[in-house]
Amino acid sequence: MSDLMKMTLAEAREGLRARRFSSAELAAASAAEIAKARPLNAFIVETPEIAAAMAAASDARLARGEGGALEGIPLGIKDLFCTKGIQTTAGSHILEGFKPVYESTVTQKLWDAGAVMMGKLNLDEFAMGSSNETSYFGPAVNPWRRGNDDAKLVPGGSSGGSAAAVAAELCFGATGTDTGGSIRQPAAVTCIAGIKPTYGRCSRWGIVAFASSLDQAGPMARTVKDCAILLREMAGFDPKDSTSVDLAVPDFEAACNAGVKGLRIGVPKEYRIDGVPAEIDALWEQGIAWLKEAGAEIVEVSLPHTKYALPAYYIVAPAEASSNLARYDGVKYGLRVENDDLTRMYEQTRAAGFGREVQRRILIGTYVLSAGYYDAYYLKAQKVRTLIAGDFKAAFEKCDALLTPASPSPAFGIGEKTNDPISMYLNDVYTVTVNLAGLPGIAVPAGISKDGLPLGLQLIGRAFDEETLFSAGSVLEKAAGFTGKPGRWWA
Amino acid sequence: MSVDEKAVRRAARLARLAVPEDRLAPLAAELSGILAWVEQLNELDTQNVEPMTSVRPMRLYRRADVVTDGFYAEDIVKNAPRSEDNFFVVPKVVE
Repeated sequence: MSDLMKMTLAEAREGLRARRFSSAELAAASAAEIAKARPLNAFIVETPEIAAAMAAASDARLARGEGGALEGIPLGIKDLFCTKGIQTTAGSHILEGFKPVYESTVTQKLWDAGAVMMGKLNLDEFAMGSSNETSYFGPAVNPWRRGNDDAKLVPGGSSGGSAAAVAAELCFGATGTDTGGSIRQPAAVTCIAGIKPTYGRCSRWGIVAFASSLDQAGPMARTVKDCAILLREMAGFDPKDSTSVDLAVPDFEAACNAGVKGLRIGVPKEYRIDGVPAEIDALWEQGIAWLKEAGAEIVEVSLPHTKYALPAYYIVAPAEASSNLARYDGVKYGLRVENDDLTRMYEQTRAAGFGREVQRRILIGTYVLSAGYYDAYYLKAQKVRTLIAGDFKAAFEKCDALLTPASPSPAFGIGEKTNDPISMYLNDVYTVTVNLAGLPGIAVPAGISKDGLPLGLQLIGRAFDEETLFSAGSVLEKAAGFTGKPGRWWA
Repeated sequence: MSVDEKAVRRAARLARLAVPEDRLAPLAAELSGILAWVEQLNELDTQNVEPMTSVRPMRLYRRADVVTDGFYAEDIVKNAPRSEDNFFVVPKVVE
């Protein structure tokens, strides 16, 4: 393997600026690794020619002493972001062959900053899943294995392709999206960092919608600092998204060096959940000790409505999804199953185009929004959201950020949990509250399970205070000093 | 709340989703399981709680009411499974 791909994004950036290597060399090294790693099924579409052209343009800019913050850096893009002229599927058969005629705001900002596109990354269908197993294009595979056991493990989801690609050093970073934990949970189980920013921090324009009041884009990379570098370029006000927020984007990278001295870190007692493996609790205790040693004050806080977050989520998310997915009707784009009757055409197109989990969620969403049930389900869930947001508000009067586990277990085997939707939903137990309240959350690699698999910790912050998460996340990352890498069994 | 096959058929019809007869019973069981699980929300008294209507408290951004975009019909129909003269083609719907 070329040593070039072992660098962090920050190191690649310095090397490019110092002209120690070219963007063309990086893009070629990345493309070669991606081609070797096809057993991971991380990419749905590889774009080496586009990468080579973008890298050549980056090299020309760098030679003139110009270039943006990400000039010449190879990245992967979750296949939920519309990319002009390049197939965008959302992991679904119904969008197979769809080539958007526009570019999402977030990816456009990355290209404007000089980033180089390596391809489109696998994901759960319409981002509905926690294991990448609902993708029409087959599951992405976790680069990590249980010791010498060659059983294939899930990379988490829904941003599973992004997590696998970054963890396997196929690219320097990737975009993800997070509706209930889809950046943080895959980051945690693949030993990388990932942040879901505050709702409104990144534009949702041009991202295939799942649940509009929960969806948020964010970066995934091998270090906290790399995430900070990426988020600064992804974030910012966009008039095309009425929920994007007109706030200055801070220098997140600088925040990585701020430390935690004097910070109050809250530990929510309701996050001690029965049935979660002891090693998850032990890691959490270790994280508390690390932050304490670095000068933080630890305070116990209470988030009393935590146990109601997942049930509320499984009303709100399917309800919004059933509305958002109404647009896939065989008329405007994507798959069409011909029929002389218009309604039958819709019904058969959607039955053929959507996978089982997506159909299940559309039906639940339609049911809870239908006449007679709206108040009992959707309205009730939105009231519970108010209570959950209130829990956080009260907690943040006593502390500056919260520390929790990121995932209730290490990566599990492909096929192990597919038969029980609720046990699959429980993967998001630590992450989903953050989406319901619209807050930022970061997952940081922190330890290793008894089976040799990565485990992560999560930090949750106040709205628009991603900086504290980068500060505390960097402290955890440094204390963990984690240098383990997956064996390159795929190459 | 237990969901029966009739309710699944009704939701499927509303969602414009063809569900084969032999999938109605398993789907009814799955949906009942999920809805039984979410019903723990009823433990909470929310009578005096306002529903969340905006994730972050903010006024919606407004722009001037002027045409800023458009005039690329060819692009709009480019991904359509069937189109003619920049129109989407669908089965006849007028009797």
